[in-house]
Amino acid sequence: MKSEQQYIELYEANRDVICAHSAPALNALRQQAFLDFCSKGFPSQKEERYKYTDVAAAFAPDYGLNLNRLSIPVNPYEAFRCDVPNLSTSLYFVVNDQFYDGAVRNRPTLPEGVVIDSLSRVATAHPEWVEPYYGRLARSGKDAINALNTMLAQDGLFIRVARDVVVPRPVQIVNVLRADVPLMANRRVLIVLEPGAQMQLLVCDHAMDSHAFLTTQVAEVFVGENANLELYELEETHAANTRFSNVYVDQAANSTATVDHLTLSSGLTRNRTDVTLSGEYAEISMYGAVVADGSQHVDNNTLIDHRVPHCQSNELYKYVLDDHAVGAFAGRVLVREGAQKTVSHETNANLCATRSARMYSQPMLEIYADDVKCSHGSTVGQLNDAALFYMRQRGIPEDEARLLLKFAFVGEVLSNIRLDALRDRLHHLVEKRFRGELGRCAGCAPTSTCKL
Amino acid sequence: MMEERRNSFVREVAEKKYEYGFTTDVHTEIIEKGLSEEVVRLISQKKGEPDWLLQFRLEAFRYWQTLEPPTWGHLQMPSVDFQDISYYADPTKKPSQGDAKGEIDPELMKTFDKLGIPLEERLALSGTAVDAVMDSVSVKTTFREKLREKGIIFCSISEAVREHPDLVREYLGSVVPYRDNFYAALNSAVFSDGSFVYIPRGVRCPMELSTYFRINARGTGQFERTLIVCCDDAYVSYLEGCTAPMRDENQLHAAIVEIVVMENAEVKYSTVQNWYPGDAEGRGGVLNLVTKRGHLRGVNSRLSWTQVETGSAITWKYPSCVLSGDGSQAEFYSVAVTNNHQQADTGTKMIHLGRNTRSTIISKGISAGRSQNSYRGLVKVGSKADGARNYSSCDSLLLGDTCGAHTFPYMDVQNETAVAEHEATTSKISEDQLFYCNQRGISTEDAVGLIVNGYAKDVLNKLPMEFAVEAQKLLGVSLEGSVG
Repeated sequence: MKSEQQYIELYEANRDVICAHSAPALNALRQQAFLDFCSKGFPSQKEERYKYTDVAAAFAPDYGLNLNRLSIPVNPYEAFRCDVPNLSTSLYFVVNDQFYDGAVRNRPTLPEGVVIDSLSRVATAHPEWVEPYYGRLARSGKDAINALNTMLAQDGLFIRVARDVVVPRPVQIVNVLRADVPLMANRRVLIVLEPGAQMQLLVCDHAMDSHAFLTTQVAEVFVGENANLELYELEETHAANTRFSNVYVDQAANSTATVDHLTLSSGLTRNRTDVTLSGEYAEISMYGAVVADGSQHVDNNTLIDHRVPHCQSNELYKYVLDDHAVGAFAGRVLVREGAQKTVSHETNANLCATRSARMYSQPMLEIYADDVKCSHGSTVGQLNDAALFYMRQRGIPEDEARLLLKFAFVGEVLSNIRLDALRDRLHHLVEKRFRGELGRCAGCAPTSTCKL
Repeated sequence: MMEERRNSFVREVAEKKYEYGFTTDVHTEIIEKGLSEEVVRLISQKKGEPDWLLQFRLEAFRYWQTLEPPTWGHLQMPSVDFQDISYYADPTKKPSQGDAKGEIDPELMKTFDKLGIPLEERLALSGTAVDAVMDSVSVKTTFREKLREKGIIFCSISEAVREHPDLVREYLGSVVPYRDNFYAALNSAVFSDGSFVYIPRGVRCPMELSTYFRINARGTGQFERTLIVCCDDAYVSYLEGCTAPMRDENQLHAAIVEIVVMENAEVKYSTVQNWYPGDAEGRGGVLNLVTKRGHLRGVNSRLSWTQVETGSAITWKYPSCVLSGDGSQAEFYSVAVTNNHQQADTGTKMIHLGRNTRSTIISKGISAGRSQNSYRGLVKVGSKADGARNYSSCDSLLLGDTCGAHTFPYMDVQNETAVAEHEATTSKISEDQLFYCNQRGISTEDAVGLIVNGYAKDVLNKLPMEFAVEAQKLLGVSLEGSVG
C-alpha cells in the first residue's frame, strides 16, 4: 500500500469526527486540501524541494491520531520545567497538537491587544481574525505537507498582536509531545502581527515520552508594516521523532523579521521556510544551527522571495555532523523582475566530523533584476589544522581544542540570538552536546540516544 | 542624450547580423526525415560500420525510446519533434559520382576559408591541425601525416572506426554510456562525425588540435561524437569551434565528448561556441544539448575544460570530470554570454573519487537583453576521496533589467577530510565604474567592453592565444551597447 493511502482512508472514515472537533474556518479548507492531497500524494525525491528527504517513507509507519481530542492527562506546567535560567517569558504549552489550557498556574498577563490562544477556539469565537489569513500562505495545492496538515489539523496556536502593541516579555511556546503509543500530531499555527507590533517568540519542541512521534506543523506568519518579529525555534527531541515543519512568512513594508532554527537533537527533521518580502524596505534574517549525530537527518529548505525593491535578506546556516548524520541545506533566493536595489547574502558552512556523515549543500540564486547585490557562499570542510596546532602548542588537549573550534563555529549563529538568557543557555546546551553530555532540557524524556 | 545614445547602441546590436550566418550552396545528400531503427541502420550502413557498432547504436536507440526529454533545466525549451529532423546530411557526396572522397568541393573549401579555417595546410596557422566537420561528415583533417610521425592519431571518428576499431571499441561509451541521459542516448544511436584523438604514451602533441563544427543543411541536426584518449605522460590541447547559418527554425545539436586521461597525462579542452543564437525576437537558433565528460583515470592526471559560450538559442551543457585517479586535478573555466532571448543552463560536475583530488570551478555568466543565464554545478566527494579539495566561484553580471542570472550549485560531501568551497556573486556594472571611464574619455560602449573583458579575464587567460583573441572579439560583439 502506498503511504498516502492510509491518510486518505483515515480522512474519509473520520471526516465528520475531525470537523466536529474543530472550527468552521479550519473545516472550510479541508475538502480542497483532501482533493489536493489525493491528486498530488507525497512528493518523490525527484522533486527539487524534496530531493534530500524521503517523505513517503517517513509517513509510512502507522501512528495513532487523537482525532476525538481526548485530553492528555498531563499538566505541563507541573511536569515540564524549562531550564533556561534568567529568562522571564510568558509561557504557553501546546500538548501534541492541542493548545493546553487546563489547570494553569500563573497565567501570564499580556498587554491589551495581544491574543495567544487555541487556534480552533479563536476561529470559532472570532472568525474574522482567522479567515482572512488561514490557508492564504500555506496553500494546499503547493505542497503535500500543507495539504495533509490542512486536511487533518484540528487545533494549534493562534497569536495576534494588535496595531502598535509591543509585547514586553518574550513569549515562549513549548510544544510538548506526550503519548502512550506512537503518535502523529498535526499542529497549525497562525501568527498575525498588525502594523507596528513587536514580539519575541521562542518555540521549543520537546518530547516527554520516548515513543515515536510524527509531527507536521504548518505555520503562517504575517508581519505587518513596521512590525518586528523575532522567532526562535528550538528542537530538542529524540531519535524516534520525525518533524515536518513548513513556516511561511509574509512581510509588509518596513517590517523586520528574524527566524532562527536550532536543531540539537531529533530523528528526522525537515524545516521548510518560505519568506515573501511583499513590502518595500522589509528585512529578513534567517539563521540556523544544526548539531547532529547518530543517524539524525536534518533538512533545511528555505526560499526568500524578493518581490519588491529595496528589501534585504541575510541567511546563515551552520551544520556540525557526527556519526552517520545526514545534513541538507537548500536555500533559494528569488529576486523578481523589478525588485531592484535588493541586497541578499546567503551562507552555509558545514563541518563533517566522520566519514559516514554526509552533507548536501545547495545555495541557489535566481535573479531577474539587474540592480542588486546578491551573493552566496557554501563550504564543507573540517576543523582548521593550523588552529588546532596552535591550541595544542599552548597546552590545550586535542579533544578540548576540537571542541572549542566546533563551539566557535556554531557560536557565529548563536551570537545572533538577541534574547541574552536564551543565547547563554544555548551556548551551554551546545557545549554539553559537543561534550557528549546530556544536551537537553531537564523536562525531556531520557532516551537511548542521549549520551549520559 | 545619454539615453538616446544607449538606445542607438541597442538598436545597432539588435540589428547586427550574425557574422557566420551565411549558407553554403553545395549539393548535400540528406536522408529522409524521421527516426526509426531503419534510419539507425541506414546511418551505420552509409558509414560502413562493423556490426558491433550497429548493435551499440541499436541498443542506444531502443533505450532512447523509453526516455522522456529532461525538464529540470531552467529553460523554456521549445518542443522538439524528433521525427521532423533528418539525422544524416553529407555535403561531400557529389550528385553524379559515388564516393569521391579526397577531392573536396571548392565550395566547401571556400566556406571554411570564409569562417577563417583554411583547410589547405600551407595557409593554416602552423600551430594548429584542424578536423573540419560539416553537418554529418568530416570534410578534411589537416596535418595528419605530420602527427602520425609521432604516433598521434587525429582523424574523424568514422575513419577511426575503420582504421582503429579496437581502440574505438575499447573507449567509446566508456565515459558517457548511452544510458547517461536522453540526449546521450539519442547521440549514441545516430552519431555522425566528430574527431578521434589518440595520444600515445609519453608524447607531447606538438600542435593544437582542433575541430570546427558547422551546421549547413536545413532541417537537419548535428550529432557529433568526439573521443580523446591521452595515454600515460602524454599531453594534448584540443580546441573546438562551431557556427551555423541563420535559419528561422531551431536546429538540434546533441553531441557527446568523451575524454580519457591516463597517468600523469594532461588534456586541455577549449571551446568557443558560437552557434547561431536566433534573432532578436528569439526566432530560430541552435539548441545546443551536449554531454561532455572526462574521466581522469590515472594517478596525477589533469583535465581542464575552458569554454566561451556566446551562441545558441538554448545551451544545456555540463562539461564534467570524474576524478578517479589519486592526485588528479580538474579545472573548469567558463564564460557564458546570453543576449536577446538566449537561454543558457550550463556548468559542470566534479566527481571526486580518488584521494587528494583537486578541482577548481570558475564560472562567469553575463546576461543581457531578455536572456536567462544559469550556472548549475555539482561537486560530489565520495567516501574514499580523502583530502579532496574543491573551490568554486560563480559570478554573474547583469546588463539590463529584463534578463536573469541564476546559480544552482549542488554540493554532496561524504568524506570528513574533504574541503569544498563555493561562492557566488551577482551584480551589474556599477555606474561609478562607467562614470570613471567616461570621465577619462572612454565611451560607454568601450567602457562596458573593458569592464566585461576584465570580468572574464580569469577565463579568457586560460584559452590558447588565437582563441583568446577570437573570444574577446566575440564578447564585444555579443554585448555591445546592451548596458542599461
